[in-house]
Amino acid sequence: MANNVKGILLTGVGGQGTLLASEVLSEVLMLAGFDVKKSEIHGMSQRGGSVTSHVRWGEKVFSPLIPEGTADILFGFELLETYRSLSMLRKGGAVVVNDLKIAPGPVATGTETYPEDIPGKLKAQVDDVLLVDGMEKAHQAGNYRTVNTVLLGALSNRMEIAEELWHKALEAQVPEKFLQENLKAFALGRKAA
Amino acid sequence: MEKTILSGNEAIARGAYEAGVRVASAYPGTPSTEILENITQYKGIDSSWAPNEKVALEVAIGASFGGARSMATMKHVGLNVAADPLFTLSYIGVRGGLVLVVADDPEMHSSQDEQDSRNYAKFAKVPMLEPSDSDEARLFTRIAYEISEQFDTPVLLRSTTRLSHGKSIVNLDDPVTGLPEPSLKRDPSKLVMLPANARQRHPLVEKRIVDLEKWACDQTFNRVETGESKVGVITSGIAYQYAKEVFPDASVLKLGMVYPLPKQMIRDFAESVDKLYIIEELDPFIEEAVRAMGIEVIGKDLLPVCGELTPERIESALSGKPVDTDYKVKEELPGRPPMLCPGCGHRGLFHTLKQLGAFVTGDIGCYTLAALPPLGAMDSCVCMGAGFSNATGIAKVLPENERQKVVGVMGDSTFLHTGVNSLMDLVYNNSTATAVILDNSATGMTGRQDNPATGYTLKGGDAPAVDLENLCQALGVKHIRVIDPNDLDLTKKALQEMMALAEPSVVIARRVCMLERRGNAERTTPLFVLEDKCVGCRSCLKISCPAIEWREGAGEKGKGQAVVNALLCTGCKVCEQVCNFDAFGEIDGE
Repeated sequence: MANNVKGILLTGVGGQGTLLASEVLSEVLMLAGFDVKKSEIHGMSQRGGSVTSHVRWGEKVFSPLIPEGTADILFGFELLETYRSLSMLRKGGAVVVNDLKIAPGPVATGTETYPEDIPGKLKAQVDDVLLVDGMEKAHQAGNYRTVNTVLLGALSNRMEIAEELWHKALEAQVPEKFLQENLKAFALGRKAA
Repeated sequence: MEKTILSGNEAIARGAYEAGVRVASAYPGTPSTEILENITQYKGIDSSWAPNEKVALEVAIGASFGGARSMATMKHVGLNVAADPLFTLSYIGVRGGLVLVVADDPEMHSSQDEQDSRNYAKFAKVPMLEPSDSDEARLFTRIAYEISEQFDTPVLLRSTTRLSHGKSIVNLDDPVTGLPEPSLKRDPSKLVMLPANARQRHPLVEKRIVDLEKWACDQTFNRVETGESKVGVITSGIAYQYAKEVFPDASVLKLGMVYPLPKQMIRDFAESVDKLYIIEELDPFIEEAVRAMGIEVIGKDLLPVCGELTPERIESALSGKPVDTDYKVKEELPGRPPMLCPGCGHRGLFHTLKQLGAFVTGDIGCYTLAALPPLGAMDSCVCMGAGFSNATGIAKVLPENERQKVVGVMGDSTFLHTGVNSLMDLVYNNSTATAVILDNSATGMTGRQDNPATGYTLKGGDAPAVDLENLCQALGVKHIRVIDPNDLDLTKKALQEMMALAEPSVVIARRVCMLERRGNAERTTPLFVLEDKCVGCRSCLKISCPAIEWREGAGEKGKGQAVVNALLCTGCKVCEQVCNFDAFGEIDGE
C-alpha cells in the first residue's frame, strides 16, 4: 500500500459537528499543498447514530478510505465512538479525543451499559493519547457549539501545519459572525496539549 | 484553472453547469440528494424537486425534446421507478443532451438494497460513465453530454456513496458556449413511440451500441496505466482507487465507460499481462463480459459480491487472510443505532399503534426507525409507496378478526411519491385497512427537503401546497381524521375508531418535523423527572426518546430512575403522557 499517505479518522455521534471539522481539516491540508480526499456517510446514521469521516492526504492520494490499522491519528468527538474505532489506528499513532460521554440508545434505555474508564483503556494500549476537555474550553470561548473547533486546535498539535493556515481554513469554512469565537476556541484547544 | 475541493455530488452539479444544462429535476434520495441542492447555485439552470424519479426523468426528457441539455438525478432504487421512461427513451434518443445520474449505495448505508445500476445500462442499451473521483465526476458529466448528442442517446452517469459523499480536489473549467437555443421542433417518427416507429428505432439502438463500443477504445476516459509488473487489473469507479492501493506495481486498465465495454482495448490489455484481476464493487458486471470474451480472470471467485470494497477487504479476500491490526477492542460494545429526534411526531403515533396491537405495513423514511426496539412498531417495509398497497393485499387474505389490525403507514413525501396510487387502490377496491399519513411537512430522512405538500420549491420559492385531506377525499375516502400525534389520547381514539371501520379510512398525523428549515417546529420548556415520584417502572424508556436516560441505582429503593437531558428535550410531553406516576414536571415548576 502507498506509504507516504497519511490519514485521520474522525469519529463521533450524528449532530456533533464532525462534518464541519472534517471540512476545515480538508481545507487546511489543501492550503498546505497536499492532495486531499475525504469520505463520510450522510443520511440515516445522522439521526444520533455513529458517524465517521476519513481524511487522507499526501502527494497523491488514491483511496479516500483509510485502510484498517493504518490511521495516523484517531480524532474522536465522543469516548465510546473513539474506542469503537481503535483498530483503525496504526502502531505508534496518536489519539486526540474529547472527554465526553454520550449515552447511545441501548445505554439510555438501560438495556446495556456504557463501558467504564475508556480513557484508561485507550492509554493502556496507545502511548500518545491526548484527552481534551472540549466542552469546558468551548464554554470559555463563549459558545459550547465551538467544541469541534477546540478539538481541531488540540489536533493541530499533532500535525505539522502552520497555525496561520489553520486560521485561513477556519475563515473559509466558518460563517463570519461566528469566526472570532471559533478562532478563540481554536487557540484554547491548541494550548490543551 | 481554479482549484477547489468538492464532493462528488457538488462536482456533478458543477459539471452540469459547465456543460450548459438548462433543466435539472430529481427526487431526493441518499446518496444522490446534494446534486440538485448544489445545482440551485447556478442561476441559468431551472432546478426542481419532482414528486418521484419517474416524473423527474420525464421532465428532463421534455426539456431535451425542446432542445435543451437536461439532467435527472436519483438513487439506485429511484431508477427502478424511472425505468419505464428510460427504456423507451433509449429508442427515442435525445434532441438536447440528456444525462441521468444514478447513485448506488454499496453497503446499504442508507438504503433497502444494494442493487448494481450498471445492469440498467446493458438492459436499456444506453452508455454509462463511471467517474473515480470528484474531478472526473465534473469532467465526465461534461463528456456525457457530448456523447449524448453525438450518439443520439441518453447517458447514464453512475456514482456510488463513496464518490458522492467523498471530497477531492477539482479543477474548475469554464462553461461551454454556443449551444443552440431551445425551440419547438416536431419529429413524430422519433418522438412518438408507436409500434411502427419503435420498430424503426430499435435497429438504430443496436447499431449505436456497436458504434459506441468501437469509439470508446480510442477515448481518454478509458486508459491504460502501465506498471512495472506483469499483473494487470481492470477496474472502474471508486474501486479503481482501492486497486491502485492494493496493486501499486500493476498495469491498470481504468474504464471510464462501463457500458459498452471497449472490447478490443480489453483484448489488447489482457494479452499484455500474465495475470488479470477484475476489481469491481457489487456484481461481476465487467467480469462476466470479459469472461464471455474467453479471457481468464480473477474476480468474484475471490472478491465479495455483497457490501462495498475497501483496500483491506480486497487484500484480505485475495490473500485469504483476515485483516490484522495492531490495536484491538476486546470487549463487546453497546451499539449506537440512529433514533427518532426528540419531539418527533412519529414517536407518539408508533407508540400508540403498538399499544393497539396494529400490524403495520410501513414505508421508507425516518419513521422506518420505528421498527427498531424499543418502539418495535413496524412489521414490514418494502419500497416507496408500498405501505398502503401492502396493507390492502394483506387485509384481503386475513380472517375478519385480524383484518382490523392492518394499518399502512407512510410520510407525506412518500405518499405523494407513489403512495397516492396505493391509496387509490385501497379505496377503489374497498379495503378495510387503515391508511396513516405522517404529515411532517418535510422529506425528512434525506435532509428535510421540500415536496409538493410543503408549500415551497427546491429554490425556496412559494408553491401551492397539496391539500392532503382534499386529495384523500377526492380519491373517495369517506372517513378522515386529522390528529396531533403528540396528543396520545386523541391519537388512540382516532386510530381505534378508524381501525374498527369496515371501510377505507385515513388518519393524517400532522406535526412539523423537528428539523424543518423554517423554524416551524415546536419547542417548549424542557421537562424534568420528579425524583420523589419516579418509581423506576421504565415505561418512558419504551418510547425511545434520546432526551430520556436511565440512571442505574437511583431513587429511594435503588431501582433506578429516568432522567431528562434538558439540552435535548423539546418539551413535547409524550413521556409525561405515558407516565402513570405523574413523575414528569416542567422546569418552571408546574
